[in-house]
Parts: sequence; C-alpha cells; structure tokens
Amino acid sequence: MARYVLRRILYGFLILIGVNLLTFVLFFAVNTPDDMARLAIGGQRVSADAVEKWKVERGYNKPLFFNEQAKGMRQITDTIFYQRSVPLLRFDFGESDGGRQIGWEIKNRMGPSLALAIPSFILGLIASVAFALVLVFFRTTPLDFWGVVLCVLLLSISGLFYIIAGQWLFAKVLRWVPYSGFAGGLDLIKFMALPVFVAVISRVGPEARFYRSLFLEEMGKDYVRTARAKGLAERIVLFRHVLRNAMLPILTGTVSALPLLFMGSLIAESFFGIPGLGSYTIDAINAQDFSVVRAMVFLGSALYIVGLILADLSYTWADPRVRFE
Amino acid sequence: MMMMPKFILLWTDLALFALVALCVVYAWHVRRTPASRATWSRVAKHTPAMCSAVVLSLFVLIGLLDSVHFQPRLPAAPGALPTAPVVYAPKVVSLLDVLLSDTALVSPEKTYSAPLAWKQFTKESILQEGGASVRDFPRLRFGGKHLEDPEVQWLSDVSFRASMGALAGLLFTVVVAGIVWLVRARPPQAPPSGVPWRAMLITFGIMSVFLGVTIALASGYHVLGTDRTGNDVLWQALKSIRTAWVIGTLTTVAMLPPAIIFGLSAGYFKGWVDDLIQYLYTTLTSVPGVLLIAACVLMMQVYIDTHPDLFPTSAQRADIRLFLLCLILGLTGWAGLCRLLRAEALKLRELEYVQAARAFGLSPWSILYRHVMPNVMHIILITLVLEFSGLVLYEAVLSYLGIGVDPSMNSFGTMIDASRLDMSRDPMVWWTLLAAFMFMLAMVLPANLFADGVRDAFDPRGGLMNVPKRRAAWAKRLKGGVS
Repeated sequence: MARYVLRRILYGFLILIGVNLLTFVLFFAVNTPDDMARLAIGGQRVSADAVEKWKVERGYNKPLFFNEQAKGMRQITDTIFYQRSVPLLRFDFGESDGGRQIGWEIKNRMGPSLALAIPSFILGLIASVAFALVLVFFRTTPLDFWGVVLCVLLLSISGLFYIIAGQWLFAKVLRWVPYSGFAGGLDLIKFMALPVFVAVISRVGPEARFYRSLFLEEMGKDYVRTARAKGLAERIVLFRHVLRNAMLPILTGTVSALPLLFMGSLIAESFFGIPGLGSYTIDAINAQDFSVVRAMVFLGSALYIVGLILADLSYTWADPRVRFE
Repeated sequence: MMMMPKFILLWTDLALFALVALCVVYAWHVRRTPASRATWSRVAKHTPAMCSAVVLSLFVLIGLLDSVHFQPRLPAAPGALPTAPVVYAPKVVSLLDVLLSDTALVSPEKTYSAPLAWKQFTKESILQEGGASVRDFPRLRFGGKHLEDPEVQWLSDVSFRASMGALAGLLFTVVVAGIVWLVRARPPQAPPSGVPWRAMLITFGIMSVFLGVTIALASGYHVLGTDRTGNDVLWQALKSIRTAWVIGTLTTVAMLPPAIIFGLSAGYFKGWVDDLIQYLYTTLTSVPGVLLIAACVLMMQVYIDTHPDLFPTSAQRADIRLFLLCLILGLTGWAGLCRLLRAEALKLRELEYVQAARAFGLSPWSILYRHVMPNVMHIILITLVLEFSGLVLYEAVLSYLGIGVDPSMNSFGTMIDASRLDMSRDPMVWWTLLAAFMFMLAMVLPANLFADGVRDAFDPRGGLMNVPKRRAAWAKRLKGGVS
C-alpha cells in the first residue's frame, strides 16, 4: 500500500514537471519577455531602457533555457526557465507581473472560492442523488419518463442562461438577493444563495440522469432480487440495499473532484462578483499576466493530481476487492 | 445574363464540405454492409431521435447554405469598355445572405427595437415640420414601414401575416406528407418498417408552420428585434448556426487522429508505449482546460496578427481563427476518447481473431488498421455525436471569456457577450439574450436526443460510455463546471 502511494506520488511529480515545461513553452512562445515588458509598461513610456529595466527587475533578462555565459551548474540554473519553474515546484509562486505576491492573493481568495464551491458541491450531490432516487422509485411510470425528459432539457440549456435568468428573476424582479458581490459574516448567506442555487440547478440535469442509470444497473443485480424475494418493501430495498451499494462508486468518483474545488469556478465568480480564484484567473487572462496564469495552471494541475491519488485510495478503501499490488 | 460571382473557399467551408462528403460515403457504406444497416435501422425506429433528425436537418441546411461563400460581381461601370477587367464586390457573402437579401433580416435599424416593433426602443429628438423638436420614439426604417397608421393597423397586419404564414406552412406540410405517402406506398401485407413516420411528419409540420410564420413576419418586421447597433437579431442567430456546426463537428474530427493513433497503439502495444502515452494524456488533462485553451488562443492571435498578408479579408481572418480554435479544442480534448480507445484495444488484443492475425505474421499496423479499428468504430461514432452538444455550449462560454471565436464572427457566444449589459438597462432588453439561448436550445436539445438514439442503437447496454461522464469531462475543463 505505502509503496503504491509512493509510486503514485512520484508519478504525480513527474507530471507536474511535464506541465511546467508545457506551460513554459506555451507562454513564452506567445510573448517574448520584450513583448511582456512593452505590454506591462504600456503606451508612451516604452523605450529600450524601460523595457530593459522591467526585464531586469523581474529577472526576464536571462536566456530561456541555457545560459552559455555562465559556468558549471549555473548554465542551467541561471535561466528564466529554472528561475521561474523550480520555485513553483516548492509552491513558491513569486510575484505577479503587476508586482503583487501571488501566494498572498491565493491565500486570500481561497476563502470566497470555497464559500461558493463547497455548498454547491454538497447540495448539488444531494439534489442529484435525491432526484435520481425518485426517478428510480417511480420507474416504468410516466413520472420517470418525464423526469428523464426534464434532465435532458436541463442539460441542453447553457450554463450561462441559468446565471443570467437567475439574476434576472431573483435579483431584479423578486429582489430577494443582491445582484452580485461578496461579504463575510451572516451576509454571506444572502450573497451565496443565488450562485449556489444556480450551480445546483445546472448540475442536476446531467448528474441525476447518470445516477439514475447507475441505480438501474444496480437494481438488476442478484442481491436486489434476493432482497425482494425475502419480501422486503420496495422502499427498503431501494434505500437500504441499492442506495448503499451505488453510493460507493458515486462517492469515490466525486473524491477526485474535491481538490479542484479550491480553484473556484470561472464563470460564476465573474458573474456574481465573487473575489475568488476563478475571477482572479479571468482577470489574469484578460490582463495577460502570465505569472499569475502559470501559477494557476500549476496549482490546478497539482490539485488534479492530488484528486487522482485520492480517488485511487478511496477505491481501495471502499471496495476491499480492489488491490493495487 | 447571369453574372458569375467569384467563389471563395474558406478553410472551414472546405472542412465542412469534406465532412458532408464523408457522411455521404459513410451512408453508402452503411447501405452495403448488412450489419451497420441493421444498427442504423434501430436508430431509424427511435422516435425522439428521428424527430430530432428532422429538426437538425433544417439546421444543417441553414449551416450549409451559409457555407457557400462568394464575392458577387459588381455591375460594369457605365461607359466602361467591354474589355474592362471584371470587378468583384470586396465583401464576401454567402448563399444564405443572398436568400435573405430582401427581408427585414438584412435591413439594419439605428439601434434597439423590440421584436415585431414599428417604432424604436429608445426616444430621440425628432424635428417637427415647424422646426420644433420633440422627444419621442421614432418610426423604424424598415420594421412596419408599410403601415400608414401603425397604432391602429399593427395588430391586424401582424396577425394577418402570421396566419398566412401558418397556412402556407400547413399547405407545405400536406404536400410533403402526400409525397411521402406516395413514395412509400407498399403492399398491404408487407411488415411495417417501424420508422415513426407520423411523429416525424408532426415534427415537420410544427417546424414548417413555425418557419412559415417567421418568414411571413420577416417580410415586414424584425421578428426578434434588433440589437444595440441596429442589426437584426434573427439574422445574427441564423448566422451563428454555421459557427456552432463548425465548432461542434470540426473539433471532434480534429481530435480523432491523435485519439485513435495514441489510444489504439497504447492499448495494443502496451509496455513503454502505453506508459509514454498515458503520461502524455495525464499531463494534458491535468492542466485546467480553459487556461490551456487561453494560452493556445493567445499564441494563435499573435501568429495571425504578425502574418496579415496570409489572410487578406477580415472574413478570412475570422475564419482562420475559428478553424484554428477547432484544432486547439481538438488537440487539448483528445484525452477522453483516447482513454476509451485504449481500454477497448486492451480488450481486443487478447481476442482470438487478433491473435490469429498475429500468428499469421501480419504487421502490427495492419492488424490495428484491419482488425482493431473496425471494432472500435462505434465508440468513435458515439463520441462524435455526444461531443457535439457539449461543444456548442462550450463555445458560448469561451467566447464570453474572450478566448473563443473572433468578435466579428457571429456566434451564440459573441451574441451573449455583446449583450451582457442589455440586462441592466431599464426597461430591459431581453430579446438578444433570449434569442441566443433559444437557438442554442433548439440545436442542442435535438442533438442530445439524437445522440441518445445513436448510443442506444450502437451500445444497447450503455456499458461503454456514460453520457454524463463524457459531458462532465467538458465541464471539468472549466474547473468544476460552468456554474
């Protein structure tokens, strides 16, 4: 077990190096440090001196991969790639091109992101499972058919529509919640109600349909027939036998999504004005702040890998038959 | 004399027509192969799928009409010599534009106007005859300009046009129904084909009534209103259909080559090839999708900006951006299909007929091509139809984020993006957003239903792929969904 985990972690480390290389090539092929400097200084003040000064301040005046002028190990270490990538592996994100500490920003923005992500994740899961259970309970009736139709309809509607329609209905017409914004304390509930509700609605369509097919597959198994043959009520069969067995794959499947919750969600945060990591990323894309974008890419991949490892572990934990030796 | 225009073949046109040709070839192949004919006939008996196919075929027609691009020939200048060089209009138009040339769709107004309105949405200072100016809603340039006293005539005119359109739609349906009935007149003893003709005809009827009403109203009004710059919203939505088709189809086609080659060889060769390919796609999927796409789109934009000579017209620039966007989406999204194909190849390589082929000394590539490939075709096909709807929705999000199609290109995403401030106006301008979302729904819902039909036919037990999982894969690229 320990050997397996260690191997997975080493593999994850290898992937992080790959991601690092990939993003470095992508971002520095787009914009050379000169372009970045011109963009950051902007307008009239661009001159060769100013560009050079900007590059020196941020350490962009070195060669990209290989420094011919340096000696020994410094041929590798005294380059933009080394200086900009290796600290990332230590989760030291450095400064953004705008001059602010990225690590500090991430720490501050994690809270709002999680305030949106955790409730919508939990409530979304509960709502989807509950809806799927209702459909399965009423299977072979018109209710099931129309429920599935509703699911297909829900998943055919753009997520942007849910946000815009929700803001229109609940904030503009009914005035129940504020349009957008963020505040701590008790106000948090007021500000988070609509975003969470929208997130739950947009998740129910695809997920409830998936869970329904999962439950139905489980219903065809032998142990369910045995339970029915014992004379148990359909309700008890469904809740005590099917739900418990089907929840295992659902839960282990969602474990891999857990770490990514930190990253927030891009669209919702920008629509609802939540100062989380998602809106931070969008602002960085729009401002072409490559240090921030790279840091977010790196953080995202690291969390994704953590999620993969967690998912593998939860499989072994949930189902003793699975062994990874 | 008909003046021959200069046809322009944009990159995406070429790709779309190549796809249509491929579909024709595939249909011919299906006709000749009993096994695939049997599978497809299962799709043909699936009522929702066939009704969706009827709706989708209208969208296909609009998309293809909009893909025939040309520069019309300008009439010779008066007094020009017969030997004078032919002059073409600088603007590239499509066949759809020509068809719509006399309707409200291409007659712009000054600014916002509500659906079917005859006066502008905003007030303006109007000069009276006496020289005094009044602030009032001016009449529209096109919408309802034939009305002499709009206050009185408007309602009767609109309802008259709408009912005439509905009648024309009904008549058309009856004619088509008659033709269908004549064509498939069969001996009374023959077994029923199982194709849901009645449901399809009802769908067709509803669609043509809808279409008839729209066309009849569009002859005198802006059916869905106009946006801030006065452009007809219905026209924008119709033009967006082609963009949605391009994004939905070309992207999946673009991801096929890497997915097939890597997936099959990883599963078939195992060992270090498998390790390498798995490493490759795990690395790719671990990067948050939007950021990867954003980086690629920025890079592409730099390339287009630094090579203006390669793309002379703005239409060509916007088109190459769309084309490259599809490639980028495809190249960043092949991992899911690759994983499926790898798992299937792992299973197939142990089967007797593949082992027999190996024992005969066939080269691995010809085994992959002849024996493994045909047996994973259904996975590829299901993926093609399943990905489509997700991609159409994804495009809107990307364009909203500013990393989608060119802002000058009509697409559902740019429509939503351009009208994001409309909502906060008072009174609210709702028609642009609603039109974009309705058209998206009208395209995505049938696509989803059709995809379900195809999946049921090709993979009856549903064991191969879980729809929401594939769709969740797209959502996951947005880090936890669109929400």
